[in-house]
Amino acid sequence: MPTVSMTVNGKAVSREVEPRTLLVQFLREHLGLTGTHVGCDTSQCGACVVHVDGRSVKSCTMLAVQADGRVVTTIEGMAAADGTLHPIQAAFRENHGLQCGFCTPGMVMSVADLLKNNPSPTEREVREWLEGNICRCTGYHNIVKAVLAAAEALRGAPAHAAE
Amino acid sequence: MLSDGIGAPLRRKEDRRFLTGKGHYTDDINRPGQTYAYFLRSPHAHARIRGIDKTAAEAAPGVLAVLTGEDLAADGIGGLICGWMIHSKDGSPMKAGPHPALAQGKVRYVGDHVAVVIAETLNQAKDAAELIEVDYEVLPAVVSTAEARTSPVRVHDDIPANTVFEWELGNKAETEAAFSRAHHVTRIDLVNNRLIPNAIEPRAAVGEYDSGMDTFTLYTTSQNPHVARLVLSAFVGLAPEHKLRVIAPDVGGGFGSKIFIYAEETVCAWAAKKVGRPVKWTAERSEAFLADAHGRDHVTHAELALDQDGRILGMRVHTTANLGAYLSTFSSCVPTYLYAPLLSGQYAIPAIYAEVDGVYTNTAPVDAYRGAGRPEATYVVERLVETAARELGMDPAELRRRNFIRPDQYPYQTPVIMTYDCGNYEASLSEALRLVDYENYPRRKAESEARGRLRGIGFSCYIEACGLAPSAAVGSLGAGVGLWESAKIRFNPTGNVLVYTGSHSHGQGHETTFAQLIASQLGVPTEQVEVIHGDTEKTPFGMGTYGSRSLAVGGSALYKAAEKIIAKGRKIAAHLMEAAEADIEFKDGKFTVAGTDRSKTIQEIAFAAYVPHNFPAGVEPGLEESAFYDPLNFTFPAGCQICEVEVDPDTGVVEIVNFVAVDDFGKIINPMIVEGQVHGGIAQGIGQALLENCVYDPESGQLLTGSFMDYSMPRAHDLPSFKVGMTITENPSNPLGVKGCGEAGAIAAPAAVMNAVTDAIGVNDLQMPASPERVWQALQRGRMAQAAE
Ligand code: FES
Ligand code: FES
Repeated sequence: MPTVSMTVNGKAVSREVEPRTLLVQFLREHLGLTGTHVGCDTSQCGACVVHVDGRSVKSCTMLAVQADGRVVTTIEGMAAADGTLHPIQAAFRENHGLQCGFCTPGMVMSVADLLKNNPSPTEREVREWLEGNICRCTGYHNIVKAVLAAAEALRGAPAHAAE
Repeated sequence: MLSDGIGAPLRRKEDRRFLTGKGHYTDDINRPGQTYAYFLRSPHAHARIRGIDKTAAEAAPGVLAVLTGEDLAADGIGGLICGWMIHSKDGSPMKAGPHPALAQGKVRYVGDHVAVVIAETLNQAKDAAELIEVDYEVLPAVVSTAEARTSPVRVHDDIPANTVFEWELGNKAETEAAFSRAHHVTRIDLVNNRLIPNAIEPRAAVGEYDSGMDTFTLYTTSQNPHVARLVLSAFVGLAPEHKLRVIAPDVGGGFGSKIFIYAEETVCAWAAKKVGRPVKWTAERSEAFLADAHGRDHVTHAELALDQDGRILGMRVHTTANLGAYLSTFSSCVPTYLYAPLLSGQYAIPAIYAEVDGVYTNTAPVDAYRGAGRPEATYVVERLVETAARELGMDPAELRRRNFIRPDQYPYQTPVIMTYDCGNYEASLSEALRLVDYENYPRRKAESEARGRLRGIGFSCYIEACGLAPSAAVGSLGAGVGLWESAKIRFNPTGNVLVYTGSHSHGQGHETTFAQLIASQLGVPTEQVEVIHGDTEKTPFGMGTYGSRSLAVGGSALYKAAEKIIAKGRKIAAHLMEAAEADIEFKDGKFTVAGTDRSKTIQEIAFAAYVPHNFPAGVEPGLEESAFYDPLNFTFPAGCQICEVEVDPDTGVVEIVNFVAVDDFGKIINPMIVEGQVHGGIAQGIGQALLENCVYDPESGQLLTGSFMDYSMPRAHDLPSFKVGMTITENPSNPLGVKGCGEAGAIAAPAAVMNAVTDAIGVNDLQMPASPERVWQALQRGRMAQAAE
């Protein structure tokens, strides 16, 4: 079995895995990082979004071996060490951008990538970007509100990069 | 009002764990020694099983067991049940075909459970499943709702015409008489499209058996763990109730689909004992499409009789409801008692007669999905009323006004069971008209037309019966259970509070709303209140969450338990302050001797209750109270949605450009959470109207919409932001004055959208989902009809 090594949420990890292991399985089953969810089997729902080398990726659509040597951030790595929520997480809470919470980790990770590249998105741009993240609970209304609020907060705090 | 008390938009207590990836969903749970289950499913819609050869699979690496329906039968494990008895017009009981957790003799839909493989790893279980040889005699299938009763195919060999029941409600003779007097009759044929619930968390289960204790534990994605335990014990015969613990931890959305007791969860618990190790199963999305209970699927002909002033005289409805291949847990009540009793809508209709035929087909079972019966009723009523207004040349708002039940008519007895207790339909309509800016609608329509777009506006004035439900009433209608709710409040000696509820949160935010409720009533800070739900071993027996019942029924139980806490606290306070009990007042968390400044906080009283060195005689130590609440009536949330669309006549694409919802949910505990529920419901309603459709191949019975690539879920860019308003009439039937808000959006939206689209294109004969293709074709039909005139 191949050994894969990568940096996950700032920590170096190394595990032996079956070659067919998906990145999301590696995170959930080998590392116990169960914040990244699986909502589909066709790469559609976005519940599994994480960052690989700073870009959002559907971790159900990447093999663990493809992430070898790379830097991965999951939802568990978003809040500060002292527990302070990342501005995107805080905006989701403030604007009731989550209900059951199952789509939420993927939403937050996806939004972080959006705001890094487009710090001032319009509502339309937010809705277009979220095409790959399905939420069944919120009707997206408050998610969109949260993203626009997070964008504003991040613009106001230049020291805090989107990741 | 406390800043975090009743009426405050308190930010949710549960959010931190969800936002940081620290939730505990069922698939996050792993037990030592765990094995994995994989279900072999039927590739055929209908087939007789001549034999199953599992020898190769059993010999495959890592396999612990390959189990079939024969093994279930050998262990005396019973079938899954439907808990609501419906009687046909002729008095005969509904015909429930057998529903084994693993097929016995026949498979009846694509995805039906044939066998389960338990292995060391999931991949080993999957690989072994491919080695199972099933000898099928493939049979012709029936999938169409409309054709189920005339098809020569029998889903269950001994049930003629695939008919579960032929049910009726209302007064046929009076309704006939009303129609014979009518000045105008509006007729409409409607298909309420079949939907797939698709909570984003797939169903999952971990079954575990402790041979030392002889107890089972089942972790499962359930909206009602106690009901699951009851059914698995009393009917399936898995284990006695006291030997079975059901835990529904964080659950990622339900919308009804996680109410039911399914095959997979049952098998995981049973198999755990057989293999002597925990057994885990998590649905893949394609399994969810195939085997989660679906929703809706009605074919309806409806008629409305009106007089020359546009007053409704009567309504006649015939519906065929597709229940799938087996009767799921509550399937039979959805198209009957949750449907026809709502056909009066917000209107004073003197005579109503409804007939519903429930049918079997070779499709997945159909059961409650957000709104359950009430969206179907609202869709019938509101498309009829809007069509009538068009035919009579009346403003649709005016026709509705003319027929509304007036605020001075409560309690209002409809001809179809329900007694509405309060409401103000004119108020919600007026507020919606204001929010949508109805006055300037003609100007907006002209602007759209100038841009080559067709603009339409549609109304939906809905009512729903929630807060399920008075036990005696539902019992008399055939329910196999009572629908009360339970609560327990435990003060700890240090003054913080544990609140136990028999209801269950799978996104609704009970941990926050219930904490607010208790914080307000008992005067303790919300952060010192912890709400516990979802574990049969921790919480009192409760009926769970569906039918927008948690606050109206579960919240009322909590209210009663808190009253008991206060009553006991008053006794203790009177003793400690040497005053008469009658002189003790309780307010904002303090017991005060009336007219003095002598007081004790509720935390001091709690401490005294656990350290009862100085305690009133005859009073038990401790401060913990339970209550059960059985509602006096259903609750009747109601309101008005108005939708404005623009249609591109060249492509048939519909865009929602203005969407308003005004709801009367009674008293509001947390407006932020309530609005969130409305948004989510509207999105599902718009999804049904424009995007979502479950399609089976009519010949083969294969599911053609079996993934998110084929089944069109509403995505962010399909939807607008919504304008949400509230009007309030406090509910007189429960102590909190609340009604329930979970389903309203999904109930009202389909009619609002379809009324808007048909208004825009000038063609009324259009079924959901109004896809671009269907809208474009309707436009062509309209043009041809015009040319022919
Ligand atoms: S689980 Fe990765 S996109 Fe759905
Ligand atoms: S919050 Fe439940 S799926 Fe988005």
